[in-house]
Formats: sequence, structure tokens, C-alpha cells
Amino acid sequence: MSQNTAAEVKRPVSRKDMTKWQWTMKEIKRNKTAYLMVAPFMILFFIFTVLPVGMSIVLSFTRFNLLEFPEFIFMDNYIRLFLDDDIFLIACQNTLVFAAITGPVSYLMSLFIAWFINELSPRIRAIVTLIFYAPSISGSVYLIWSVLFSGDSYGYVNAWLMELGFITAPVLWFQNAEYVMGLCIVVALWTSLGTSFLSFIAGLQGVDKSLYEAAAVDGIRNRWQELWYVTLPTMRPQLMFGAVMSITGSFGFGGVVTALAGFPSVDYAAHTIMHHLEDYGGQRFEVGYSSAIAVVLFAIMVGANMVIKKLLSKVGE
Amino acid sequence: MAKLRTRKHKVVLNRSAGGDAGIATLLVLMGAFMFLPMLYVVMQSLKPLDELWMFPPRFYVISPTLKNFGDLFKLMGDSWVPFSRYIFNTVFISILGTAGNLILSSLAAYALSKIKFPGRNWMFQMVVLSLMFHATVTGICNFITMSTLHWVDTYLAIIIPSWCTSLGLYLMKQFMESNITDAVLESARLDGSTEFNTFLTIAMPMVKPAWLTLIIYCFQGLWNTGASVYIQSEQLKTFNYAIGQILAGGIQRAGAGAASTVVMMLVPITVFVISQSNIIETMGSSGMKD
Repeated sequence: MSQNTAAEVKRPVSRKDMTKWQWTMKEIKRNKTAYLMVAPFMILFFIFTVLPVGMSIVLSFTRFNLLEFPEFIFMDNYIRLFLDDDIFLIACQNTLVFAAITGPVSYLMSLFIAWFINELSPRIRAIVTLIFYAPSISGSVYLIWSVLFSGDSYGYVNAWLMELGFITAPVLWFQNAEYVMGLCIVVALWTSLGTSFLSFIAGLQGVDKSLYEAAAVDGIRNRWQELWYVTLPTMRPQLMFGAVMSITGSFGFGGVVTALAGFPSVDYAAHTIMHHLEDYGGQRFEVGYSSAIAVVLFAIMVGANMVIKKLLSKVGE
Repeated sequence: MAKLRTRKHKVVLNRSAGGDAGIATLLVLMGAFMFLPMLYVVMQSLKPLDELWMFPPRFYVISPTLKNFGDLFKLMGDSWVPFSRYIFNTVFISILGTAGNLILSSLAAYALSKIKFPGRNWMFQMVVLSLMFHATVTGICNFITMSTLHWVDTYLAIIIPSWCTSLGLYLMKQFMESNITDAVLESARLDGSTEFNTFLTIAMPMVKPAWLTLIIYCFQGLWNTGASVYIQSEQLKTFNYAIGQILAGGIQRAGAGAASTVVMMLVPITVFVISQSNIIETMGSSGMKD
């Protein structure tokens, strides 16, 4: 079957002699092996990623508690979500603040650190890379922040601030609506130098050095101009990929927040859409309503990605 | 083949001393922010009890001891489900999940990048689109799927979904596209090698860095599997979950808790140290075209 692939490049029948449909069918038959190869992955991908998104959209128009058959209620879930659910609005606001800070900051941190270490010798660069990358792969190690910011006077930060005389009594950092969000953002940033960071390191390494020499001849005077006119445009594909990773990541810190601030967090100060979803889907079994939350979250994430991709295509122009 | 260039000599173009100093300062500050908490975990795990509860608390350990690690193993021995079982679960899930992920992703990535067949573009577009949302969106419907399949409270619920990660497929496909030359494949096909044979004997050996990367990504993800909504039986829970229980033990277990965190983080860090250059090489082709 498959050895024909190459031979048939000189097709006996030219494509013009067939309708598009006939030609497609012929190509499908010719490439049976290819379909066999993608099938296992694509079938699972369909079941666990495509289907759930479709199902969420359908279920978001229903009332469904997992036991009785879903009842169609059209937009009621969305109306309730945006008009009646005050906590959802808090969650939306928190999620947007959280993502609007962690996304760009972690992106820029990844990019600039990768850029800073690009000219170090390979051995030192490997060590520095490890230092910056380690927190993102070490699982639940971020819990150390709850020891550092522990609410009693044995907490390192409390003891330190008390010694310096800034505060007189220990602060309950993660139980204080004023601090909890900020702290969670700091911890999220701490764990956020992940895939995009590595991608930037590789992208910078891949920039052809002769481009810099040519740019110097053309009158590029300092490293900032070099970065903007030479480096960034050359590594634009990595910038795109890194952006997608950072944006998606910035919506995925629900677990970190729950572990540090508890669930629900004090006064819902760190309550995000992810938590709201978990609350209605995982605990109250209001599947229809939680599907509506999931659809909103999905739209926000994909929308943010699309907008940023548009913006990034302007880099260096 | 390898697109990466290592710098043999320093670039001397357009560099000012002030800029170098500024960058070095920033790098040290950010490095401290990243590194000190990690160091603190290690310090905590080496502190004897009186130092853990010393006032004012100290960052550095004065008389380091391995007693916390001893306590951790004693705690493990006392647990209701033998601790070896938790470790077995984690290792079992990690190995099977990673193996399946590698096989399915490479097969699909090869077909998508090197065979021209109708539908391959939109298939890949869907995978790219799925990189743009987080798995929380699919969680609830997946739970329904799992219970329909009667996979709740079995290893399958963790292992099977880990076989089809979009990031794995994406990285593998991009790497194959830029690192396997079509001419080599064409000549193999002309020699009468079947598509599957070409994949196994010619394509796969050419993309070793990519499979290492896939293995590491998948393994790290699975190794850190904690409490899962799909698993209720204590016997099926993971090492990371058990560690969480020790950490939740509160004050009297602060030392053992820190020790367990150190044990937990050692594995992914070691794996990364060994494979760093391969991962970076794979990331070289990770770029996304608009």
C-alpha cells in the first residue's frame, strides 16, 4: 500500500480529470497507513478534549444534576451567572486580575531572563537555567511559601518584620483579604518559568550570529535595538508559542491558590473562575450551571490567546 | 541537523558596561527570588526540632541532621496503606502513561508532519487550539465520560488521558518537521520500505531529543499526580497524595514534611539535569507560525 506514496507522485491520472471529491477519496485510500497512525491519538484526543468542550456547550443550556435527564432551559444558566451570581462576578474580576498580572509578567520574566543568560558560557547557562526552571517542575514545593509566610511569629517573614519593627503582631498572611491575592500572584509567578522559558532559551540560541554582525554594520547601536530589530523578529515563532503557554498557564493556577489560601478563600478574595467551576461542578453537582462557567472560561482563554497572537505579529515592525 | 549554535567566543558588539552591570544586578535579584525558597526547603529538612521552632526563626541550619528523613521513613512505615504501595502506584502510572504517550504522539506526529493526507491540517489546528485552554474546562465532562466507561477508581482514569497530551504531540510534530529531511524518507519509500518501517527505523532514531523531551514532560506531570477526583480507594492513591497527608499533619511533622518535599522534588530536578540539552534542542523547533 504505502510504497506507492512516492511512486504516485507522478500520478497516472491528472488531478484536473477528477472532481475534488473523487480526488480526496483517492488520496484517503492511498494514505490508509497515515490514518492508522494518527487514529489512536486522535480518537483519545477527541474523547478527552474535543468532546468535553462540545458537551459543555450543549449542557450549558440545560439544567442537569447527573441523575435526571438534562432539561433544556436555553440561556437561563448564563443569565443567572451574569445577573444573579455575585460571587461569579468577584471570581471573574479576580481571574482577570490574576491572569492580567501573571500572564504578562511571567512572559516578560521568561523572555528577559532567557535573554540575560544567553551570552553566558554554556555550562554556567545550564546551571542558571536549572535555578530558574526548578520551581516549576518540583510539584508541591510551592507550599514552602506557606511556611515562609506562616501566620504565627515562627513564620520567617512575620518574625523578620517584627524584628525590624514594621509590625507588632504577626500577620495572618493567607487569611487576610488584603494580602492573599498578592501573595498568590507572587507564588504563581515563582512557579511560572516553565515551557515558555525553555522555548525562549532555545529560540535565542537559534538566532544566527551573523545577523548581529550585519546589524552592527547597518548601524544598530545598542543591545536594546539589537533585541527589538534583530533578535525578537527572528524568534517570533517562539514568542508565539511562549505566549500561548503563558496565557494558558496564567488561567491554570487554581490549584496553587487552593493549596495556599484554602477553599473558599477568605471573603472570596482569591476566588477565581476555576474555583467557581470546581464549586458548582465538583461539589454541588449542578452540571448545567458549571458547564456554563466552563464555556465562559473557555471563551476567555481562547479569546485572550487570539488577541495576543495578533499583537505579537507586530513585533519588530 | 542540529539547528542550535553554541557560542564559541563572546559577542563583543554593542555592549556597554553599564548595561552589563544592570543586567547582572537584575539577574542576581531574580535569581535570589527563585532560589532562596528552594534553599529554604532544603534547610528546613535538615533542621533538628529545636531549630525548627526557634524564635526568631533562622534561615540557615546550625547543626544539620538527617533525623527528619528518618522520621519520614518511620511515618511511612506506620501508615495504614503500606507506603511502598503509594510509591508503586506513582511509578506504575508514570511508566505506563509515559510509554503510551510517547508511542501515540510519535506515530501521530510522524503522519502529521511527513505524510500528506487530506485532513492533516485541521487535525493539527485542533491540537494547537487545545493548547490555548486549560484542562479545568474539560474536567466535569471528563468525569461524566469516566463514569460512563466505569473507569472511576481505576488506574485507567489517570493513565489513558495522559496518552494524548496536545503539548507532546505539538513538540514532536514541530521537531520532526524541521529535523527529518524528506529526501531520506523518499529514498526509503522508493526502496520499498513500508511507511511504518520508515517511521521506526529512519524517522525515530533521528528525533531522539524530542522523545526524551516527551518522556520527561509526561513523566514529570504524572509523577506530580496528587489527589485525583477519579481515585477514591486509598490503595490506588499516589506518592504525592501521601506526602500531602504528611504535610497536613501540622506542627509536629514540620521536619518530616520538609524532608518529604525534598524527596518529591529531587526526582524531577535530577531528570531535568540529565536531559537539559536535549530539551533545549527540542524547544528550538517549538515555534508557532502564524
